[in-house]
Amino acid sequence: MHDKNEIRVGYYVCHCGTNIAGMIDCPAVAKYAAKLPHVVVSRDYKYMCSDPGQELIQHDIKEHDLNRIVVASCSPLLHEHTFRNAVEKGGLNPYFFHMVNIREHNSWVHTDRQLASQKAMAQTRAAIERVQHHKALEVTQVPIHPDVLILGGGIAGIHAALTLGNAGKKVYLVEREPTIGGHMAKFDKTFPTLDCAACILTPKMSQVKSHPNITLWTYAEATKLEGYVGNYHVTVKHKPRYINEELCVGCMECIAACVYKTPKFPDAFNQNLGKRKPVYIPFPQATPQVVLIDPETCLNLKTGKCKQTCVEACADRKAIDFTQKETFEEVKVGTIIVATGFQTFDPHRIPQYGYGAFPNVFTSLEVERMVNTSGPTGGALIGRDGKHPESVGFILCVGSRDVKTNKWCSRTCCMHSMKLAQLVKEHYPDTEVYIFYMDIRAPGKGAEEFYDKSLHMGIRFVRGRVAEVTDWAVTPDEEGKLVVRCEDTLAGFVRRIPFDMVVLAIGKEPHGDSQEVRRLFNMSCGSEGFFLERHPKLAPVNTFTDGIFIAGACQGPKDIPDTVAQAGAAAAEAMVLIDSGHIEIEPNTAFINEHECSGCKSCIALCPYTAISFEDVSQKATINEALCKGCGTCVASCPSGSIVQNLFEDEEIFSEIEGVLSHE
Amino acid sequence: MKYAYFPGCSLKGTGRSYEESLLPVMQTLGVELEELHDWNCCGATAYMSVDEVKACVLASRNLAIAEKTGHRDLVAPCSACYLVLNKTQHYLQDVPSIATAVGTALEAAGLSCKGNMPVRHPLDVLINDVGLEAVKKRVTHPLKGLKIAPYYGCQIVRPYATFDNAYQPMTLDRLCEALGATVVRYPLKTRCCGGSLTGTMPEPGLHCSYQLLKEAVKRGADMLVTVCPLCQFNLDGYHDQIEAKWEPVRIPTLYFSQLMGLAFGMSQTQLGLQRHMMPMKPLAAVAA
Repeated sequence: MHDKNEIRVGYYVCHCGTNIAGMIDCPAVAKYAAKLPHVVVSRDYKYMCSDPGQELIQHDIKEHDLNRIVVASCSPLLHEHTFRNAVEKGGLNPYFFHMVNIREHNSWVHTDRQLASQKAMAQTRAAIERVQHHKALEVTQVPIHPDVLILGGGIAGIHAALTLGNAGKKVYLVEREPTIGGHMAKFDKTFPTLDCAACILTPKMSQVKSHPNITLWTYAEATKLEGYVGNYHVTVKHKPRYINEELCVGCMECIAACVYKTPKFPDAFNQNLGKRKPVYIPFPQATPQVVLIDPETCLNLKTGKCKQTCVEACADRKAIDFTQKETFEEVKVGTIIVATGFQTFDPHRIPQYGYGAFPNVFTSLEVERMVNTSGPTGGALIGRDGKHPESVGFILCVGSRDVKTNKWCSRTCCMHSMKLAQLVKEHYPDTEVYIFYMDIRAPGKGAEEFYDKSLHMGIRFVRGRVAEVTDWAVTPDEEGKLVVRCEDTLAGFVRRIPFDMVVLAIGKEPHGDSQEVRRLFNMSCGSEGFFLERHPKLAPVNTFTDGIFIAGACQGPKDIPDTVAQAGAAAAEAMVLIDSGHIEIEPNTAFINEHECSGCKSCIALCPYTAISFEDVSQKATINEALCKGCGTCVASCPSGSIVQNLFEDEEIFSEIEGVLSHE
Repeated sequence: MKYAYFPGCSLKGTGRSYEESLLPVMQTLGVELEELHDWNCCGATAYMSVDEVKACVLASRNLAIAEKTGHRDLVAPCSACYLVLNKTQHYLQDVPSIATAVGTALEAAGLSCKGNMPVRHPLDVLINDVGLEAVKKRVTHPLKGLKIAPYYGCQIVRPYATFDNAYQPMTLDRLCEALGATVVRYPLKTRCCGGSLTGTMPEPGLHCSYQLLKEAVKRGADMLVTVCPLCQFNLDGYHDQIEAKWEPVRIPTLYFSQLMGLAFGMSQTQLGLQRHMMPMKPLAAVAA
């Protein structure tokens, strides 16, 4: 119909109900646009994103032989995709479409109708100038490797692994501790149902071990990540147990035979309340059921002088191998789920609570291990002085909700402390139990009822932030006790209450090495350090890197039900990619004009996604389209201007600027 | 080592023995404290509570004079002076209106204050600049058998804890141990002595000091050692009233510099011990 080189623009300004029309005179803007060069059609419409709105575009493309479309409406983050699809259905390359934000960038932030409408016209002119320079671009498809790597073998990693394994996907579950189970393996009864953590966890752990589709690597860490979405190469380091995993049957004869007759070394699983030998198994149901030898404390590994009674005890299986070294292995996967969990707050950071200074100040996790019958005290609650406490005080929000330590709420401590309080009261009905709180947070099913039950059991609640735990006694019944000084804000005075034992409800934080881990996987984190989700409501398990997902407490403090839900969600998101077989790469990537590249290498180190590499043969830089996220850093930095970014070429940007400036 | 030195009003008045003991002790360790020329009262807690801006101007004049000396740091032994001078520096940084007011006022006197000269406590200088090893070397009369309750008071740990932990400070403890004394566990080491309340509201004010003395006695201390002239005064000067209201808790309270002087072999009179109220009975076994 028309000269194919002639630019024919269709312009649409959306009212968005009153969101835009309430501040901008949309008909006037449409009228203004109609007079601009190359504009063939100019309309205003109530809701451009609706079906009729989209059909309007499609109809106009055919009817008026349009080859460029501009929509002035909301943020591209919301509907750029919608309109691109509509344009494509209308028979035009979707990248001949440009979207102008006259809502978040205009009507929602201004209060002068006149000026806002003028600004919308300037924005319109800019967009129309720009879109003329748009080129037809194609979305590239990259095939997805079907295997999955899951980092972290806590309940999140376990659940995600089982879900994916059951769906027929091949999973590598990498856990850096010698056993899977994470924090949940340490718990006794879980709130609010008080069902036993080990009873519900261990069946899942053994399912993981025996699952045909899951390769379980414990005492292993990921050390390198290369490749791009759908095609990752992960290097995994296997730490030496000094035990041949294939041969060990977990009989633990070696532990009994060890030259250390009694356990001497701090037992980390039992929060250092118990002791272990250099050869040990973290807990009886550890999976895999294999012992390990700690090179820091094993006499043989440290001095070379040992009778090696362990080797004698294992004579029939010969599973002990002191020559083991760390090994590295590379796997190819298409998607990765990071489920590395959390670490607990170190209460030494709050010296006024006396942790470490007074023997009978414990953390909630330490008490958890004590009340657990498989723990270091066989289920008895005993102070470090060897005596059973007749009064126990719980202090909540230790390290959390505090500008001096961690600002956030750790989400589970209220319920966790009430659970421990209930267990103490259950085992020792005559023990006086107090909980000192700022707020009691009991969300979720059964939680409020759990709180109610705590009150009925006679657990006493004092609302106030504890100022200090002291051994300064003012009255005779405070002698030899730990005195909790706290303002009882409901009663309106300061109280001093003596206890035999004080328990600190320590909060959750990101792991100490989470910054290294997130850099390894190209993930962002929030200001608190937890891994950042793509969208707090609509994409809680996706990250900003396609193909990499997060689940569980590494994304933010949460309880077991929410962790399992997120693990399932991450598995589903991974399955979306795997089952669709490929991933689409948006074409707004940068590319290097080889003949203009001078090989200066300035761009390579700048790329936050390590998408640029240097070709030794051609001595030029080259960009991996699949890794490039179109951030533009290299484009701006290139001294010879040889890097160009699709959709953000110099011509396109300058014409936009001219468009704004030429609007009178 | 040379430092600028701000004595403050107390060290020239009721807290005279603090200065009398601090200067020679520091000299023995090779530290020279050069008193500021024409310094003025820092305003202490009183003025800060009445008019913050004027209080900062008052304190800043001293900082301005100190900055002119060219010394690296300003040493302020009195806890209140130490805190006020530090607080003023913080306010000059954080509150533009105060910085402007101070600048204008000082200008009228031909002075200016940058507010960047570190104001340090002598304990800080002893532990970090001189070092406890150097202190130990000077000990000729180790205070063996003397049981000390180290009392820091509040102003050198709150709100700024620059050279020691705010809740469990240990610098004074370690200093006393370096002198050969036994330090008793004292949970009230940073609890307020009552401060100026002993003058304005005697009952609660004295009760604070009473509790400190009572716990020290209970823990078996022979004496309290302190860093602040007002703490020393409160703990030493009201024993009759304390006994009348509650019970006798008669143990002496010394400045740490006096304790150091004794360990270095100086005489009690040299160190101004005769100025204190409580008899120095526990020192009979150790003093020169």
